[in-house]
Amino acid sequence: MTHIESLPAWAALLTALFVLIGASLTLLGAIGTLRFHRFFERVHAPTLGTSWGTGAIVISSMIFFTVLQSRPVFHEILIGAFITVTTPVTLMLLARAALYRDRAEGREDVPPHPAALRRKASSGGED
Amino acid sequence: MNRVLPYPLLAASLLIMWMLLNAFTLGHFVLGAAISMIATHAMTSLQPSKPRLRRWQLLPRLAAIVMLDILRSNLAVATIVLQGRRRERVSGFVAIPLELRDRTALALLACIVTSTPGTAWVEYDTDTEILLIHVLDLIDEDGWIELIKNRYESLLLEIFE
Amino acid sequence: MSATILIWSLTLAHLMLVLAMACNVYRVIRGPRAQDRVLCLDAMYVNAMLLVLTFGMRTGSTHYFEAALVIAIIGFVSSVALAKFLMRGEVIE
Repeated sequence: MTHIESLPAWAALLTALFVLIGASLTLLGAIGTLRFHRFFERVHAPTLGTSWGTGAIVISSMIFFTVLQSRPVFHEILIGAFITVTTPVTLMLLARAALYRDRAEGREDVPPHPAALRRKASSGGED
Repeated sequence: MNRVLPYPLLAASLLIMWMLLNAFTLGHFVLGAAISMIATHAMTSLQPSKPRLRRWQLLPRLAAIVMLDILRSNLAVATIVLQGRRRERVSGFVAIPLELRDRTALALLACIVTSTPGTAWVEYDTDTEILLIHVLDLIDEDGWIELIKNRYESLLLEIFE
Repeated sequence: MSATILIWSLTLAHLMLVLAMACNVYRVIRGPRAQDRVLCLDAMYVNAMLLVLTFGMRTGSTHYFEAALVIAIIGFVSSVALAKFLMRGEVIE
């Protein structure tokens, strides 16, 4: 751990703060997936880890390596950008798949397809 | 210009990514520029629709608003998780009629809505132009419709259309 | 003093991230429906990637960053493929 001891105090404390923020947000997100009862509630939980959970850990890593190597190290920002762009894609696909499966099973707790709703409204108007 | 660099933004971001992954030296600049040129020329065979940015100077404002909102809703969802069953909470779907048509703007709105904890993009129907989102802590439905429309959609409309 | 604080908070962060992965594993095993399992698999790769990043800070080596990037890319592709499979029953159509 000699490299950590060579770090100035302000950088060490800042890194520690951001690491703890990121890790605890991620943990809260994971606990959320256990606590919520329906799939569409659970979709919200992992975004805690993928938004500011990842963001805080990436910021702390950038501070740490920039001070440690005394040159600007910003490549971690690629991970942040990559996660920000890809998580919505996965979650949207999953939400659509879940909606499709729920509708195919005829469950009552999901809204019907907008086009089906309109068809029903227009046929109801003719009666 | 168009023949040499079909997608200047894509080429620039590829070059920046290459230099971040390797080093900020002249040699890597030349190599990265060559690779990003080849990659963008490969992209033309896919023929993606070109996004038109009308007022790109509003983009930093949008980014700042979104970052703050994500931070706020992070804290809100964290308190919901910590409170557990002690508080009555209703979650549900909200249907929002959208005016936004541009595909890039819709993709950006989808990213914003999904990466904010507490709201999730579920479905967008291109025929009826109705967006379905799921909200974790649904107190009033009209408030959420107002929020999405006034806070994000109006800004995206200004930027893209 | 500040080094001790940083080492302890990194250890605490490792523990929290491992605990988060344990929560996700529980949901992957128990998860009442297939979409819950895929969702938590997706969350699990993000947590694994964050764990690798914090390991990189502990050892002071930037090589862990490449491992984290590879985990992020492969995890994204695999969860998209799984979500697509849930939708249609096949990955490539």
